[in-house]
Amino acid sequence: MTTTTLIWLIPLPPVLAFFLIVLFTNRSKWLSHTIAVGAALLSWLGSMIVFVRALGVEHLGEEPFESSINWLPTGDTWFRVGVLVDPLTAAVLFFVAWTVLMIFLYSVGYHNFGQPEGDHDHKGLSPHGATVDEHGHKHVVPSVEPMYSRFFAFIGLFAFGMYTLVVSDNLLTLFVGWEIMGLCSYLLIGFWYAKPSARDAAIKAFMTTRVGDVFMLLGIAYLYYATGTLSFRQIFTEQVLHTLATVPSGFLGFSAAGLIGLLLFIGTIGKSAQFPLHVWLPDAMEGPTPVSAMIHAATMVSAGVYAVIRMFPLISLDEKTMAIVAFIGAFTAIFAATIAVAQNDIKRVLAYSTISQLGFMIAALGMHAYIAAVFHLITHAFFKALLFLGSGSVIHGMEHGVLHTGNHHVDPQDMFNMGGLRKKMPITFWTFLIGGFALSGFPLVTAGFWSKDEIFADAFANGYIVIFITLALAAFLTAFYTMRQITLTFLGEPRTDEAEHAQETPWTMTTPLVILAVFAIGYGWVGIPEDFMGLHLQPNWFHEFVGGTLAEHPETIAFNWIPLLTSLVVALGGLYLGWLTYRNVNSAAEDRLQIPLLKNKYYFDEAYDFLFVKPATWFAEIFVYQWMDKGLIDGILHIFGPATQGLGSVIRNYFDVPVINRFFGDGSADVTYGVGARLRAIQTGRIQQYLMFALVIFIVIGAALYFFLRA
Amino acid sequence: MNFITEHLLFLILFTPALAAVIMLFLPNGENRLFRWFAFGVSFIPLALSLVVWFDFRAAQPGFQFQESYTWYEAIGSSLHLGVDGLSLSMVLLTTLLTPLALLASFGINEKVKAYMMLFLFLETGMLGVFMALDLLIFFVFWEVGLVPMYFLINQWGSANRNYASLKFMIYTMGGSLGLLLAVQLLGVLFGTFDLVTLYERWNALGASDTLLGMSAGTVKTIAFWAFVIAFAVKVPLWPFHTWLPDAHTEAPTAGSMILAGVLLKLGAYGFLRLILPLYPVEAKYFAGALAFLATAAIVFGAFASYAQTDFKRLVAYSSVNHMGFVVLGIAAAAFAAGTTDATLALNGAILQMFNHGLSAAGMFFLVGVIYERTHTRNLEEFGGLFPLVPVYGGILIFTSMASLGLPGLNGFISEFLVVRGSYPILTAYTAISMLGLLFTGAYILKGIKKVLHGPMNEHWAHGEHKLTEISTREILVMAPLMVLILWIGIYPAWILDVINKAVVMLF
Repeated sequence: MTTTTLIWLIPLPPVLAFFLIVLFTNRSKWLSHTIAVGAALLSWLGSMIVFVRALGVEHLGEEPFESSINWLPTGDTWFRVGVLVDPLTAAVLFFVAWTVLMIFLYSVGYHNFGQPEGDHDHKGLSPHGATVDEHGHKHVVPSVEPMYSRFFAFIGLFAFGMYTLVVSDNLLTLFVGWEIMGLCSYLLIGFWYAKPSARDAAIKAFMTTRVGDVFMLLGIAYLYYATGTLSFRQIFTEQVLHTLATVPSGFLGFSAAGLIGLLLFIGTIGKSAQFPLHVWLPDAMEGPTPVSAMIHAATMVSAGVYAVIRMFPLISLDEKTMAIVAFIGAFTAIFAATIAVAQNDIKRVLAYSTISQLGFMIAALGMHAYIAAVFHLITHAFFKALLFLGSGSVIHGMEHGVLHTGNHHVDPQDMFNMGGLRKKMPITFWTFLIGGFALSGFPLVTAGFWSKDEIFADAFANGYIVIFITLALAAFLTAFYTMRQITLTFLGEPRTDEAEHAQETPWTMTTPLVILAVFAIGYGWVGIPEDFMGLHLQPNWFHEFVGGTLAEHPETIAFNWIPLLTSLVVALGGLYLGWLTYRNVNSAAEDRLQIPLLKNKYYFDEAYDFLFVKPATWFAEIFVYQWMDKGLIDGILHIFGPATQGLGSVIRNYFDVPVINRFFGDGSADVTYGVGARLRAIQTGRIQQYLMFALVIFIVIGAALYFFLRA
Repeated sequence: MNFITEHLLFLILFTPALAAVIMLFLPNGENRLFRWFAFGVSFIPLALSLVVWFDFRAAQPGFQFQESYTWYEAIGSSLHLGVDGLSLSMVLLTTLLTPLALLASFGINEKVKAYMMLFLFLETGMLGVFMALDLLIFFVFWEVGLVPMYFLINQWGSANRNYASLKFMIYTMGGSLGLLLAVQLLGVLFGTFDLVTLYERWNALGASDTLLGMSAGTVKTIAFWAFVIAFAVKVPLWPFHTWLPDAHTEAPTAGSMILAGVLLKLGAYGFLRLILPLYPVEAKYFAGALAFLATAAIVFGAFASYAQTDFKRLVAYSSVNHMGFVVLGIAAAAFAAGTTDATLALNGAILQMFNHGLSAAGMFFLVGVIYERTHTRNLEEFGGLFPLVPVYGGILIFTSMASLGLPGLNGFISEFLVVRGSYPILTAYTAISMLGLLFTGAYILKGIKKVLHGPMNEHWAHGEHKLTEISTREILVMAPLMVLILWIGIYPAWILDVINKAVVMLF
């Protein structure tokens, strides 16, 4: 099979799985997950083959795998869509394939496949456990998800969206994949739709990202108009880029490239949950945990960053846009990190950490640190997927404890209810530790260290000192809250009975953890700078490979001790301080960082509700519908009815009745009647009288005739 | 066979009317017979229009399958029929939606014979507008379509049907008064109503020529607005739209399907078939005003839809929102006729007409499905129905997403093309209309939330109120719509190519 055919086929298995499950196999749980996991495996296989073949091409950047077909007729020409695998795509395809496959496999265990049906489980609610009779005594075990098949259908569609986005050779099909993921995130965040919080979170996610999407759509329209194409390879030619950079957009002094870049970037702000559109992501934790991993690590939020990376040659043309990008990224990185410090829900900590880490990538892009952004995108995808799946495993273990004790008031996601889980769930613990250290940038061994270090090095070398300091602070907070999380969850002694009875999760869940942990460490080694610490190591493979995507290969940055030392200090210092602070904290009350401002996420939800949601609802319900449509427009229309009736009655009362009826109608009748009444006097009925009249008339007429005719 | 192939359009047009007349002589009270007869007969125009579709030469300029019959010789009007890429897609939409609407009407149990007859007459009325190449015939069919719809709303509608049907009838007829006068004007001036002739001779008049003692420019401007108002009421364009939520909401399910699916398209079709070719100068001059109204329809339509508590009204207002994009595209094309941007905008506008026909018909049907079972449309009484009716829920989400304009489904393609085409021409209006697009999401999600999501609804879960799953017949109504929605979303070229070629040749 040729490579391009194979690339076309990569996204298809998951979408076929979606249709198969929805239309045919949804009654069989086993068949459904087999199809879905099998489809993910096929896509994974295709991706790996493409990846390996891509490695074998010397100048993949100049001669990528590409193929396209006519799609939309546009006047005399066609809009073409197709697939493209250049070094960037190949690198992204690699991590997407791995994380997606791991998430699919993990979902089997997470949704309790093989367990009995729940006693009181409803569709639309998470399973509550089933009572089983074993050796004469009853106990409660986890029950299988009632909408098991549906879940696999949805994540299949989700994977399709991501693969489509990655292999697209143009912005329009990228946007198609982008929005399909938006739909899937809506469906999956609201998977347990009977829970009002999940239902509202789903809508919030969809609407918030849609704010970004409509701007992005404008950007796409503008770009298409300005260049006549949306194909990456055709836009990223010197001539087109030069034109875009020099033509003014007429908007605040931006060049066309700047405005297009800005509009597209607003799409990313929504999708990658950057300030000020970050509000949806923490609420998105309402979804099942594999979904959180899917959305927040492997696919959707990565897609936002990927779009900026993809459009980097265009966006980087205008320094104003780049300044905005850098500012948003750096601000988000520190802002989200401060919130994460005060969260007690194990998944919410990770959610804010995701926002913060995405900020790192965006900030890197704003500083022209292209390769560092790609590198961090990939390492982050691995270790954040690992952390989310790990936290799901923890919650699962805790739920086991909850079922055991029967005390359903204990929140299995609250870290203050945990503690000491390292003994109960060793695999989860060690893998989570690896993920957490990678996130913190633990030196030398973890992937997160190498990618974060590269961002620091770039920021420092290019003189972005403010951003450098901001990111360093954010990195310190990252290490701090990560260690806080690890300490509260795994270290010390169990703080509740539930934690005491927590249990390690099945192999379908732990295997993905182990595999992802391997990447969370190993993937960093592909991007070690050649002159690290002044040594002469292997050439930086990642830099060489991904750098080939750009027309001009980015320069390597000379080694400098300052960013490296900063990186070491913030990572190790944060980790140590986190452990020190929380090793003896036993309840939320003892935690001195539970500041209301941070705990309530700087009151963004409340502010947005007051500023946007409420006014929009008022505008819709009262202004547009009640006042304008019902009041004004219908009011005017309703004047026509009475007005016509009024006109009618005027005509009737002042014309019809007096003139027509009284004068002509009644008048003529009166006249006739009067004449008749008077004539009645001569209608006597006597023959002699009639003859007398006849004679008189005869003589009169005869005389008249005689008189006139003779003359 | 020869007769059929030579009179294809005539047969498509009059088969439904003939069938309705035949139905008059069928024995009374045989409801099953009426249903199946009307349903069966409606496949004849569908089959014939498919024949036309496949025999149609998209690359060939001008009208095809032309037929002309003497009708009113004294005033120069004849029954002149013909189709091009623009009208053919609308004909196909009509012949496709009618059988589905009839199948959707199998639940009607009152006065079935009259109902089915009116529906068939309605089909003839709508098809006549799309096929007419004679201005007077166009007007006749334009008005003919109103009568059956009036009775359908008035006789089979819900509680407020008298108000709604009267508003619909009076409003549309009032809007058409100017059209009638303008049509007469053209007829008197040139002694013919033949559109092909009128295109040439009317446009040959310069602004400096005098007509009826006024400058031709003034006369044309007046006639232009007479046309615009008639079509704007029908589309409906803001602020002429308030008949629509009433009429759609009160109409029986199938009536709403056809109203939203086809009748609104008559207005947009009028813009494309008559206003753009007959008044290019005026249309360009007033394009800004049209764009303003279109943007108002998009934005206010979306907001008004979001404000509804009645499921059907919510869907009804969504039509205002979606049809706004059609007019936005038309306005852009009017302003910059002949450019690539205009071509894209028109491609989008026409495809949007077709797409909205599919998704709006589907949405109204789905509202009808649940209304038939619960006898309420109040969103506050729903919620938590998903576990009770999972199949229905899936179909509803699918169709809603098509209406929302989700990429991968049909609505996205057309809205994207409109936005792309209008952006360089009407940048500010296009940007503002994005607010409408945003709120499209809001009202669609509100609909899904209020109907399907939330804690399981105990009221509709048990006993006499138990909600039953969507039936096979109802799925059969939705299936063709869903297939087309997906097909156009994934590979739109099969229909867009026909539209595109027509647009390139026409404008």
